[in-house]
Amino acid sequence: RFCTSNMASRRSSEKSRTGTDKYSVLLPTYNERENLPLIVWLLVKYFGESECNYEIIIIDDGSPDGTLEMADQLQKIYGSDKILLRPRAKKLGLGTAYIHGIQHATGNYIIIMDADLSHHPKFIPEFIRKQKEGNYDLVSGTRYKGDGGVYGWDLRRKLISRGANFVTQVLLRPGASDLTGSFRLYKKEVLERLVEKCVSKGYVFQMEMIVRARQLGYTIGEVPISFVDRVYGESKLGGNEIVSFLKGLLTLFATT
Amino acid sequence: MTKLAEWLFGISVVGALWGVVTFDLLGLRLPAAWQEVAWPMPVYLLVAFGCYSLATVGYRVATFNDCEEAARELQEQIQEARVDLRRKGLRF
Repeated sequence: RFCTSNMASRRSSEKSRTGTDKYSVLLPTYNERENLPLIVWLLVKYFGESECNYEIIIIDDGSPDGTLEMADQLQKIYGSDKILLRPRAKKLGLGTAYIHGIQHATGNYIIIMDADLSHHPKFIPEFIRKQKEGNYDLVSGTRYKGDGGVYGWDLRRKLISRGANFVTQVLLRPGASDLTGSFRLYKKEVLERLVEKCVSKGYVFQMEMIVRARQLGYTIGEVPISFVDRVYGESKLGGNEIVSFLKGLLTLFATT
Repeated sequence: MTKLAEWLFGISVVGALWGVVTFDLLGLRLPAAWQEVAWPMPVYLLVAFGCYSLATVGYRVATFNDCEEAARELQEQIQEARVDLRRKGLRF
């Protein structure tokens, strides 16, 4: 609706830049054959309803389960202007997947999200509205505020999540409530600059992105989201993740 | 200034103030009552902060939203998507 009104205002010869806004969704995938058609269907549904200009860039890292073949079918259904396939030969990590995706993105805004259905596309219109509301440099989904929340987490998982978040808030004071979430909307040039600066991997990468964003003086908006843990496939939070999280946290503590 | 430096700076300032009052480092002849209060203050502060942390994390865990409705909606939409995609010719 808000994108339509922008189109309308453009037609009334008020040459506003917002009328030409385009949103590029980056979907890094690895073995998401089951989820990919569903997430794409949902993206098309909600972008269609909001009448925003968009494209979906699928960056598959050589999944052995045929994710790419599935992406190919989806491209045939929805068209190569909406679905772009930018596969890579093997698993090369999230940071480089974003760089790779940005290079091929034609939108002036980039949305990054997980392809495993834990991030629901219904929130994207809210992200866009929020971004326009304060002309924010980035808008981050948050599980920890307002109506935000999770589904499928037991007490242990919730405790670790809240505890880690509290420690991080105390040590880094990042000015954002959800640091490890990866459902975000960025201005393209902001994402480019941040990706260049960030070196961490995994959970810590998302945290570093938002901490450095604050350090560089970018403005951050937040939208509460419900996080529905992986419907298909395994989600894990073991000792290794916790150790690497703590290492990453201390690194950021000492360097930012 | 990194966060680490900020913390070290903050701790040094507080530590210095504490030292000045507790051991009367500057020879200010502060009232004895001040010294008595200041002396165990670091432990009090630590305990208070620990309590605050536990209470905060406990409260946030207890009030962490369970998004049952979102999960149900997603399941319904998955079924809907499957039907629609099959109609559009997708082979799962």
